[in-house]
Amino acid sequence: MSVMSRILAIDRRMIFLFIGLGTAVPLLWPVNLPITVTPRVEAAYQTIEALPEGSTVLIAMDFEPDTMAELLPMSIAVLRHCFRKNLKVIAITLYPAGPGLVEPALRIAATAEHKERNKDYTFLGYKSGFQTVMIGFGESIRQQYPVDFYQTPLDSIPIMKGVDSYAHIDLVINLTASSAADYWIQFAASRFHKALILGTTAVMATDYYPYLSSRQVLGLVGGMKGAAEYEKRMDLFGDARRGMDAQSLVHVIIALLVVLGNAALFVTTRKAP
Amino acid sequence: MRISLAITFTVGALLIALFFIPNYQAQAVNAKILEWATIVYAFALILGSISLWNTHWRKVKTQREGWPYSVVTMTALVIVTGLGVWQGVGEGSLVSRIYNMVNSPLASTMFALLAFFIASAAFRAFRARNVEATLLLVTAVLMMIGRVSIGEFIWKGFPGFTEWLLDVPNLAAKRAIAIGVGLGAVSTALKIILGIERSYLGRSR
Repeated sequence: MSVMSRILAIDRRMIFLFIGLGTAVPLLWPVNLPITVTPRVEAAYQTIEALPEGSTVLIAMDFEPDTMAELLPMSIAVLRHCFRKNLKVIAITLYPAGPGLVEPALRIAATAEHKERNKDYTFLGYKSGFQTVMIGFGESIRQQYPVDFYQTPLDSIPIMKGVDSYAHIDLVINLTASSAADYWIQFAASRFHKALILGTTAVMATDYYPYLSSRQVLGLVGGMKGAAEYEKRMDLFGDARRGMDAQSLVHVIIALLVVLGNAALFVTTRKAP
Repeated sequence: MRISLAITFTVGALLIALFFIPNYQAQAVNAKILEWATIVYAFALILGSISLWNTHWRKVKTQREGWPYSVVTMTALVIVTGLGVWQGVGEGSLVSRIYNMVNSPLASTMFALLAFFIASAAFRAFRARNVEATLLLVTAVLMMIGRVSIGEFIWKGFPGFTEWLLDVPNLAAKRAIAIGVGLGAVSTALKIILGIERSYLGRSR
């Protein structure tokens, strides 16, 4: 068997080994590869940066553990930015498994920026029904969420005083791994004319590019790369930047494998009678 | 059948009209209908749970292949639902701990495994067998390298080039697809409201 034929018939466990090493090595020894902040992430950053101190931001973190590798570091970076700017943060999730991720994200970001629950931020918890909640917020947040995640009535939460609908919210941020983003665009941005920023997984990001040029979405943070760019903009070295080293190496390994596979195929088919 | 069609037409037409009527009374009606929607969602959840139970119960009863997994599913459904109803799902509750210690790592692991399978599949499937496949292959490799930090390390212009690919050819195609999907959704909705499309009612006898 020639070398080229051996490459074509490579055991998939070898590929798994390359990928495993490509992921583990940079995570253990980070290289801190260069990261350029793209205009979409810069736009998201600048939208938050432009808000005056004390503005109210609604953050919907609509994701579950399967996509937490991309969206959790993104959530922490965006939350930390809001806290640094002294914005009032109202967090919700429209996914049943969301609270288990939103809570630690809020806790990590709040601890890092020395913020307190109920005074600087609140977590309203999970509510079912995308459209119902989004349209309902146009009427009354209290109708949708009479109490927060910890069963505290909204009227007893200091930062919720005078906040009861989109009219009292300055910016909506949706960090999602699903079509929830489509509904936020339809309702929060288009129907209630709220400024909207999206954070999505990498595979979804390009679906929302058209909404950036139509200004229905003011900024877009896409995948781990977007999160790493946001971290860089914030001068942080978090999980996203650490993860980008691993992602870079794995992409290179896959690209090399693809090129090698095609070269081997080309040589073997030319040799064949 | 006629009653179902009449309900569909009335509710569909009413909701479209309410979307465009800013009057407060119209919006109050809209809010009330949305409350009903929440109740329907809750019932859908119950229906889904019953359906899940029935499917797995049949599997266990007939001892079909993989039936022990069905036992695990049913046990988990009963225990987690029971604990949630009994103790709540707040911070520190048993449901919250089960979520953080079982569900969360399992879901992450499942997704993490994808990287290995995608790498293996890419090696075998990305073959330049014709012009279209070659085009896909070249674009995929360029995007894979250009969209990560190492791309910039290899060539300064790489990120800019991939940005152009995303902003020009990709965006044009995405817009075309979005317009097509939008028109398709409007046409399907109209067909349902006007009773032309009736498959959602089930097979007529």
